[in-house]
Amino acid sequence: MKIEVLGTGCSKCIQLEAVVKQAVAKSGKFAQIQKVDDIMKIMEYQVVSTPGLVIDGKVVSTGKVLSVDEVLALING
Amino acid sequence: MWYELSKEFIYNVIGLQGKLADASHFFIYDTIKIWFLLITIIFAISFLRTWVNTEYVRAHLQGKSSFYGHIGASLFGIITPFCSCSAIPLFLGFIQARIPIGVTFSYLISAPMNNEIAIAMLFGIFGWKVTSIYIAFGLTVAIFGGWLIGKLNMEKEILMDVKAIEGELEATLVKLSFQERAKEAWNYTLDIFKKIYIYVMIGVGVGAWIHGYIPTDFIASYTGAGNPFAVIIAVLMGIPMYSNAAGVMPLVEVLTSKGMLLGTALSFMMAVTALSLPEALILKKIISLKLIGIFFAIVGSGIIAIGYLFNIIL
Repeated sequence: MKIEVLGTGCSKCIQLEAVVKQAVAKSGKFAQIQKVDDIMKIMEYQVVSTPGLVIDGKVVSTGKVLSVDEVLALING
Repeated sequence: MWYELSKEFIYNVIGLQGKLADASHFFIYDTIKIWFLLITIIFAISFLRTWVNTEYVRAHLQGKSSFYGHIGASLFGIITPFCSCSAIPLFLGFIQARIPIGVTFSYLISAPMNNEIAIAMLFGIFGWKVTSIYIAFGLTVAIFGGWLIGKLNMEKEILMDVKAIEGELEATLVKLSFQERAKEAWNYTLDIFKKIYIYVMIGVGVGAWIHGYIPTDFIASYTGAGNPFAVIIAVLMGIPMYSNAAGVMPLVEVLTSKGMLLGTALSFMMAVTALSLPEALILKKIISLKLIGIFFAIVGSGIIAIGYLFNIIL
């Protein structure tokens, strides 16, 4: 599983990355977490409000910091 | 009711007298009132916003006429969240969807100006009339400011090459259950409240001090009808205060009650929200300094014009 956090370095993006790390640890799954700060890559995902969350190439959330449980639900779902 | 209750508490339960009692009463009454309204209004706005995200706005505005685009972008600016940190993806994303640069600016002007904190603070402090005037004038600046920037052919001032996406984007509203929307809105409200409650207290505290101790003549002579440059000074002072909208507004309340003209106050508050230095610094990465200058000049003069107009009419 590959999880990408899209963001150009705002505080919310850093928060979301931390949340994702906690959620992955909690899920016990093996996942690759990547922070994407290249604006062109972010555009390719059609995301215009950061932070965005992408799981296995699919955009699952934009413009907000999710809670650990919400991310966990997305990882398991 | 809350006014009498808080008065009773200060004068009879604690037993304060004179100016100190006056200032403490004002402080307690105003802080609690504004906190309550902040929570209520931010919750209402963020609840509505769970349907519409910025991606939806982009898809909705794609391929629309310029007339519809400017008005639609400005109206959407009220309801969608805006953080200056996502100004870049937003700006480039709009260009990518072939939305004209002027329409993009209409949105970029309206979104921070009509943010939920400013609206909630205004409503709590000045009531619905001034809030409606603020929103109406804010929309006017956003529609005409964006339209004017669009007329200036600024496409070459974008420093990044963005490929337009093929075809139409699909505009889909966010699907969530009622409970999920309420929960999301509530979490967001608490988040914002935790960040700003202290600034409300500080702002009201300084306001209470002015209210109790600084003579009316002093403020009226600097900010009232006697000073023809008051609006311009107010706008210039508002530019560096973006992050502190919650603390600045209680001060404006006291200043207006002591003789500051309402047009001057409105201009000041619009400058605080619409002209932000951090946003300008972020935009500098993708658009030329010239375009940023034009953006600030157009919005700034629009706000100043509104202040004078309002001072003359009322």
